[in-house]
Amino acid sequence: MSRARLSLPDNMRRHGCAAAVAIALLSSMNVAEAAEIPLDQRRSSYDLMSRETKAMQDEDTSNPGMLWVLEGEALWRAKAGEANRACADCHGDARDSMKGVAARHPAYDAKRGQPVDLEGRISICRAEQQKAPAFALESRELLALSALVARQSRGMPIESKDERLRPFIDKGRVLFTTRQGQLDIACAQCHDDNWGKKLAGIAMPQAHPTGYPVYRLEWQTVGSLQRRLRNCMIGTRAETYLYGSAEYVALETFLMWRARGMLMESPAVRP
Amino acid sequence: MTPALINVPAKAKRGEIIAIKTLISHTMETGFRYTTAGERIPRNIIHTFVAAYNGEEIFRAELFPATSANPFITFHTVATESGTIEFKWSGDNGYVSTASAKIVVE
Repeated sequence: MSRARLSLPDNMRRHGCAAAVAIALLSSMNVAEAAEIPLDQRRSSYDLMSRETKAMQDEDTSNPGMLWVLEGEALWRAKAGEANRACADCHGDARDSMKGVAARHPAYDAKRGQPVDLEGRISICRAEQQKAPAFALESRELLALSALVARQSRGMPIESKDERLRPFIDKGRVLFTTRQGQLDIACAQCHDDNWGKKLAGIAMPQAHPTGYPVYRLEWQTVGSLQRRLRNCMIGTRAETYLYGSAEYVALETFLMWRARGMLMESPAVRP
Repeated sequence: MTPALINVPAKAKRGEIIAIKTLISHTMETGFRYTTAGERIPRNIIHTFVAAYNGEEIFRAELFPATSANPFITFHTVATESGTIEFKWSGDNGYVSTASAKIVVE
């Protein structure tokens, strides 16, 4: 299929059909799979960044995300909650114990029967082990802790091997390929079918979540993958999901599976 | 104390030009924004940054509301002698934050 020569509206129409078929025939995912990016053609959005932004991410003392990691280190050692326990009291040095943890989240939680993302995992640990009041999703404290944990996976390949994640990956794929919002557009239409082309002068990335939580220059702060997904949904004028909802976690689970084997960059810098 | 990241070479040759990089956590609230309730969010920025090399001021910068959050300030100086380079950020509402780094000059 000569995708490159298709104009965008044509391509959207074609993909929309493909997505509809995929939803109708969930059991045979061939149609949707066909549009997915071949493993060897996947690129981190890092590749699309300017030299200056790359330099910012590459050096720890110029990467603002590292400020959150520093705050996370202080929180890691701070006793909290009724249990009067710090993260470090159970997990020791995050540099050892948290190695690779972010690279395999969202991970399946057997007790809950569903996947839990990194922020969710930290919140569960805080509620159950520290017996402390929860940090709000997207709060500075929670992002600081998840930045600290994610930092320990930098350079490690994303892992998505747990078979129990399969139904959630499929659910995330349906969300990713379903048209929504006033623009009536699916994530996949930009990020699978038209990546590398320009949207409003900016090259569209493939949308691999290799660097979350990220420091986004537009936000002037660190944000989670859920915030980034919300951002894209607002862009398509769709109704956003609630932070922490099963839909976001399914999308995260799908995106991490889609980026399996790619290397973690957290905390990354993005424009 | 606000977290800050400082990058000063640990060692330098006498007379060498060295790059110094600083990054500090600060919201740099412009004073031009409003809450959803229509209340103005008061200005809260770092307005002055000073670097001193063994007590002598070598660099000073004034910052304004247009500066982004978490200001990254980098400059060059000549490595003259071993000692300490001290950094001080001052801002609205009596905000002060300091950091320092040692350098060995051979």
